[in-house]
Amino acid sequence: MTTEKAVAHHWRKFKERYGLVGSKCDSCNSYFFPTSTICPKCRRKGNVKEHSFSGKGKVFSHTTIRVAPEGFEAYAPYVIAIIELDEGAKVVSQVVDCKPEDVKIGMPVEVCFRKIREEGKSGLVLYGFKFKPVL
Amino acid sequence: MNRDVAIVGVGMTKFGEHWKKGLKELITEAGVKAVEDAGISGKDIQLIVGGSMSSGMFVGQEHTGALFTDYLGLSPVPAIRTEAACASSSVALTTGTMAVQSGRYDCVVVGGVEKMTDVYGNLATTALAGAMDRDNEAHFGLTFPGVYALMAQRHMHQYGTTREQIAMVAVKNHENAMHNPNAQFHRKICVESVLKSALVSDPLRLLDCSPIADGAAALILVPAEHAKKYTDTPIYIRASSQASDTLSLYMRPDITTVGATISAVQNAYKQSGLKPEDIHFAEVHDCFTINEIIASEDLGFCKKGEGGRLVQSGETAIGGKIPINPSGGLKAKGHPVGATGAAQAVEIVEQLRGEAGGRQVKGAENGLAHNVGGSGSTVVVHMLSRNRK
Ligand SMILES: [Zn+2]
Repeated sequence: MTTEKAVAHHWRKFKERYGLVGSKCDSCNSYFFPTSTICPKCRRKGNVKEHSFSGKGKVFSHTTIRVAPEGFEAYAPYVIAIIELDEGAKVVSQVVDCKPEDVKIGMPVEVCFRKIREEGKSGLVLYGFKFKPVL
Repeated sequence: MNRDVAIVGVGMTKFGEHWKKGLKELITEAGVKAVEDAGISGKDIQLIVGGSMSSGMFVGQEHTGALFTDYLGLSPVPAIRTEAACASSSVALTTGTMAVQSGRYDCVVVGGVEKMTDVYGNLATTALAGAMDRDNEAHFGLTFPGVYALMAQRHMHQYGTTREQIAMVAVKNHENAMHNPNAQFHRKICVESVLKSALVSDPLRLLDCSPIADGAAALILVPAEHAKKYTDTPIYIRASSQASDTLSLYMRPDITTVGATISAVQNAYKQSGLKPEDIHFAEVHDCFTINEIIASEDLGFCKKGEGGRLVQSGETAIGGKIPINPSGGLKAKGHPVGATGAAQAVEIVEQLRGEAGGRQVKGAENGLAHNVGGSGSTVVVHMLSRNRK
């Protein structure tokens, strides 16, 4: 319903969501997600470049969502975590291919490419990154 | 020009499900009560500042600034709508305070409203999710309880805060609400009932969450030097302070603390000249139980990581060293998001006037209000006092 977006809204984010692309600032040597033209630390003085993250990281914090928002009902319960990537940036993502009770702070995870949800009446299927335990 | 500001009138509706009242009835009820409490008339009012988070999604109505004036029958008085998620009406209070401080206006109505219970299914959850980062948090299925659950998980991990300590916040606030006629819940709960309630987003359960509600609250602001014309017990705004942080929780280096709370409160202590030990009670933003624990640390009432032990010690109950949420808080008083900040200020005024009945904090002279938008992307702190200086 009200959250439904035009195709262009999602299309603009393909690179970030399909390739886990964020930014690196060469001035302060920090990484961040999503992409930005200004550095959160140095602002306009930063020297920001696109960066494809390695996709490896650790669980920084996690929760199991049992009351799902619109579009996610079929997936509940599912694990959402803040992942601290090896480069130092953090992202929010689902953790899949494991039981919710197996997810722990500090657990090593790696990126995988999955369906995120279908959106509203248009039925647009959204894909993007999730994370799974490193075996 | 920088004038001191006083609150000379307050009013609020009961919080809860108001099947018989829409936006209009809620706004007029709170507004009329505040005007009558101040003993002013409509022609005295020069500006209206009203908060509403998402009247567009909840009832399909925007342009709520003009609507406030219209509903109160005050046209052509100018009106400003403020929006900062759950801190919307505290931003109305900072804005109204600036308007009086500056010397531009001598009588301002500030307040807030939300009508949340007219929507079906999980639309309320969806509307509230608009307060976080839509593209980088909500997109992946993160919810509002989920955001605070991530903070709780990390707080438990870093400081050993226990699940029982977190539950004690809800138990205390339900106990306080028993004495608040405007509260949504008049029902005592125990730690065990919190721990047995349905999991919403681990480790948070249903009884850790504040309820959606309908409600409105309003206050009348005038310059301090005019205050005694209206009332014998004006309450002075000693600090009015607002700060921002990243919209997304995940971007912050430490999620066991709310950086904007620290920024806002440090500035407020500076403005008021008060210290944490001078604050006699506080209304803090317990949208989820864990946030009261985090706030009690960030506001300076205990050391970082000690918030769980503070609530367990009983010192945050009425009669303790630093009573927190004597009104029942968002948890038990109810949380009509756009009205919450104004209602916190109303509670503090009633406490400082000594009008809080069975929940009165004895001898309170200074009170603090702490209102959070989103996961801490906006934080507003007010310090109110019986004393002008
Ligand atoms: Zn930089």
